[in-house]
Amino acid sequence: MEFISQHPILVAAVVKIAVLLFIVMTALAYLTWLERKAIAHIQSRWGPYNVGAHGLLQPLADGIKFLFKEDVTPPAADKLAYLLAPFLALALGLSAIALIPFGPPSVRFPNGEQIFSVVDINIGLLLLFAITSMGVYGVALAGWSSNSKYPLLGGLRSSAQMISYEVSLTVSVVGVILLAGTLNFNEIIAGNGQPGQFGQTGHWFHFIPRWYIFPQIIGFLCYLTSAIAETNRVPFDLPEAETELVAGFHTEYSSFKFAMFFMAEYANMITVSCLATILFLGGWLSPFPDTGIWHYQIFLPSAGLLALAAYCAWNTVSEMRGIARLQLGVVTLLAGGGGLICLYRPIAEGVQGPFWFTTKILAILFFYIWMRATLPRFRYDQLMSFGWKLVLPVSLANLVITALVIILWPHLRHG
Amino acid sequence: MIAILLFMVCAALAVAGAVTLIWAKEPIHSALALVLVMVALAVLYLLLGAPFIAAVQIIVYAGAIMVLFVFVIMLLNAGVEERTNFSKLAIPGVVLAFVLLLEIAHWMFHSAIGRALANGANAPTTEASTYDLSEMLFKQYLFPFEATSILILIAVLGAWVLARREP
Repeated sequence: MEFISQHPILVAAVVKIAVLLFIVMTALAYLTWLERKAIAHIQSRWGPYNVGAHGLLQPLADGIKFLFKEDVTPPAADKLAYLLAPFLALALGLSAIALIPFGPPSVRFPNGEQIFSVVDINIGLLLLFAITSMGVYGVALAGWSSNSKYPLLGGLRSSAQMISYEVSLTVSVVGVILLAGTLNFNEIIAGNGQPGQFGQTGHWFHFIPRWYIFPQIIGFLCYLTSAIAETNRVPFDLPEAETELVAGFHTEYSSFKFAMFFMAEYANMITVSCLATILFLGGWLSPFPDTGIWHYQIFLPSAGLLALAAYCAWNTVSEMRGIARLQLGVVTLLAGGGGLICLYRPIAEGVQGPFWFTTKILAILFFYIWMRATLPRFRYDQLMSFGWKLVLPVSLANLVITALVIILWPHLRHG
Repeated sequence: MIAILLFMVCAALAVAGAVTLIWAKEPIHSALALVLVMVALAVLYLLLGAPFIAAVQIIVYAGAIMVLFVFVIMLLNAGVEERTNFSKLAIPGVVLAFVLLLEIAHWMFHSAIGRALANGANAPTTEASTYDLSEMLFKQYLFPFEATSILILIAVLGAWVLARREP
């Protein structure tokens, strides 16, 4: 007990990490559901439908299936590296999320600890890149240690791809750092909504938010492209090109080790979406001005939840299967209760930050899924020349032009 | 208390990684051990109040250079290392290392600077900010910085000349 009272920061950090881990794991599970559902609807199918209402229990069923499958280790595999690879991939993918602030630092616990971020450090962005830059080891080790042809080729391909695109990923965000003048996430977000020198309230023409996406639109496009390539998603999913490489680096992995790679991929998707939100889309800031009728925007989370509750209630009535009806009823109650709680003004003000942050992340994740359902895969040489000959020079040019503009017209930085 | 504990663990990890690096027969295991050393060193930098250096250490060494090492080992499919039983050169090596250790111990316990360091006189009180670092790098030490970047440029050009196809 004495230790706990002496180290409140440590205890708060552990509790926040546990809660965040729970939320992120649930989000990972339901991201797979969302992806299958969205792609299915884009392709005029139903997607998962039978396990729970609208397939809502499908992630749970998948998890149980992965747990109880036989865990095969190839006899010729390098045991240590084979075991280490999935752990490394998942651990790095999850720990990067711990650096993200999900809400404004002004919302605090009674003892002064920030509620919505685990840590608030001055070099947050740099540390995030440090963690994600290690992510390639999971893929490379998995490919090498399986001691089999397809994983080795897949591992080589994806290491080369991740190394190549990491360069342009890093260069494309430097423009934003130059504009913000800091590496701290909370300060970068605050810079996104900085009031201009002519008395504007954080918006151009009173309705376009002053986010860095507008001055840095080229950087944003470069970032988005490199981020998709960095997380090995379509159209850059060459590491797991089924027709050529079976399943790429994780061909030999089965059971929960495979699930860990799967979760790591989705955790990385969430991380790069969070980073895009923080750097270019204003993080937890609201896109609307705080004038006139927009004062009522603090009830938007409540309105969204109540709308979801109404939709689920309507589905509950029209649903035929008893169990599915029960599940929909539970979702209705949860969403409705949450919506009613958020009508209470202090709580409504508290959840503003996470609400906008989550909305923006979901929008980017949906874009990811949309791409996957729409685009065909690149050829390997196309991928490499696209990265090195187009994205990297363009992001470098963006960096040089941004620096020039800041030096020549310093007042534009916040203007 | 926690800082000392962290230092002990990371110092032990760094030494263990360095020993494994030499001991391991499989090249990839050696490379992984070196990554462990880099990360443990980064934590030590962090404890010394230099978070920027710590992050850059991981990005540059663990995230870039060692990834290339692993990549090349994978690409060449290097086999298990061959090993001879004993080398006579090891004897003077061990003696020299022992002498060096003694010298360091002597310096630490019997010189003014060493004693001051041991008593924590130069212990960092504040974290070095990124701003201070870039002030020094781009103003005070601008010339060495630019000279180093030209050196690196020459290395890149050299690699390009060696790697391009003969006309």
